[in-house]
Amino acid sequence: MTSPLAEMLKTRDWLMADGATGTTLFNMGLQSGDAPELWNEEHPDRIAALYRGAVEAGSDLFLTNSFGGTRSRLKLHNAQDRVFELNRRAAEIGREVADTAGHKVLVAGSMGPTGEIMAPMGPLTHEVAVEMFHEQAEGLKAGGADVLWVETISAPEEYAAAAEACRLAGMDWCGTMSFDTAGRTMMGLTSAGMVEMVERLPNAPTAFGANCGVGASDLLRTVLGFRAAGAERPVIAKGNAGIPKYHEGHIHYDGTPELMARYAVLARDAGATIIGGCCGTTAEHLRAMKTALETTARGPAPTLEQIAEELGGFSSGSDGTGDDTPTRERRGRRRGA
Amino acid sequence: MSDDDEIILSELDDDELVQQMFDDLYDGLKEEIEEAVNILLERGWTPYDILTKALVGGMTIVGNDFRDGILFVPEVLMAANAMKGGMAILKPLLVETGAPRIGKMVIGTVKGDIHDIGKNLVAMMMEGAGFEVVDLGINNAVEKYLAALETEQPDILGMSALLTTTMPYMKVVIDTLKEKGIRDDYIVLVGGAPLNEEFGRAIGADAYCRDAAVAVETAKDFVMRKHNQMAARA
Repeated sequence: MTSPLAEMLKTRDWLMADGATGTTLFNMGLQSGDAPELWNEEHPDRIAALYRGAVEAGSDLFLTNSFGGTRSRLKLHNAQDRVFELNRRAAEIGREVADTAGHKVLVAGSMGPTGEIMAPMGPLTHEVAVEMFHEQAEGLKAGGADVLWVETISAPEEYAAAAEACRLAGMDWCGTMSFDTAGRTMMGLTSAGMVEMVERLPNAPTAFGANCGVGASDLLRTVLGFRAAGAERPVIAKGNAGIPKYHEGHIHYDGTPELMARYAVLARDAGATIIGGCCGTTAEHLRAMKTALETTARGPAPTLEQIAEELGGFSSGSDGTGDDTPTRERRGRRRGA
Repeated sequence: MSDDDEIILSELDDDELVQQMFDDLYDGLKEEIEEAVNILLERGWTPYDILTKALVGGMTIVGNDFRDGILFVPEVLMAANAMKGGMAILKPLLVETGAPRIGKMVIGTVKGDIHDIGKNLVAMMMEGAGFEVVDLGINNAVEKYLAALETEQPDILGMSALLTTTMPYMKVVIDTLKEKGIRDDYIVLVGGAPLNEEFGRAIGADAYCRDAAVAVETAKDFVMRKHNQMAARA
């Protein structure tokens, strides 16, 4: 398997990924509830502009506009029969931008969650999930993606299904989860739990990590958690530019470029190798991050106190790792599962 | 598990059995909950008491621990499933015995929004708390909400949005209710990741609910208040 990402990681000790896709597209006029993926065909110029924003800000890789490109998501826009072409277009536009960038940039084919709950709790079986991700992966591959990039996943079962799809497509892949619920994923997985889960996969990703979630501080706590759990695989940190605030009819994220610059440096110190942003992270944030990464010397891994002091407090007292995990005192007798 | 630890539900006295049901709901054990519900019925408990004292009591603990980050979505789904098993037995009996209704909710994700995990959780937790829930699914235009309010005559309208771009649509729905003069006929609860209390107030909802557990508590509060007001007027 050729792996441009693995090659790049051999020569560099950190890489900068991109920022927000949704935030940027809404600024370009994407309407409430419309599928961004449809723009790959309707407005390829805007998608190219989105990619170029990251490339010109110094990103070493960027994610394609295909986050909601699985059949289950596109179905809500009656575009379930266009999975292959919409994903292929997302990657093709990316390929053109990357190949004319003037520096080496990788096209990472974004694959977001199906939005359904996996069996046995929900209706989505492993087989169907693999099929949906595989269909998307083949489109991204045909469009020339360098690597597949699974993101914002909550359920370990869904992560495993995406991993299998990447294997079926014969593609190198990375995968991040969103730790947005008391330091865990919505499904309750801790940072340490993810490390264990990732290493058990038959085709472990080239890099793994966290994206989105609840702001920069929480994300760095998760990165520290990966390292504490003994992760040796490259770690990805793609945090939101602060917290969304509602102001007179529109939404903005409260993280400044300065804050994201500190976040990027602290993420690297905490042990992340691939550093980028998520919701709210504009090209301006990315430029500040790149400059900070280039001009700041590496330091020791920050403590939780340092992170809270520099980037703000955490959303929860514990992240489910270590000894201070909240539990319920149970009566003596326990049975079942 | 060894035989020594085997719990024989029918050998427990009422208090112990209810405590055990709390544990079994917490552990998502559907068959055990069904068995316990049948035992209590045999012992002459009213369906309404079983619902409120055993099942809702147990789900309240689940809800609190979900709110506090001790339980997560999979455990809550398991618990809700066990609760459903018990409810399936009780539902026809509740109707038969004319037990007081806890409340009814119409819920749906707003137009343009396709996310439903949070909304589904709220629906399940509300059912777990004994509410009757009519789920309109995703992508609901104001007409769809209005039609459902008309047919279902619920106490509560719940709206969910996960996108920062779709949350303003909640205001469209509430404004339409106001225009039609029916806003005050319903308790309007809103929720979803990008929302906050300030937003809930700004658009004229009765309350913003941070998560499914808070939604249940808030719904109970408002329904109780509504009942008290009606009693006072009567």
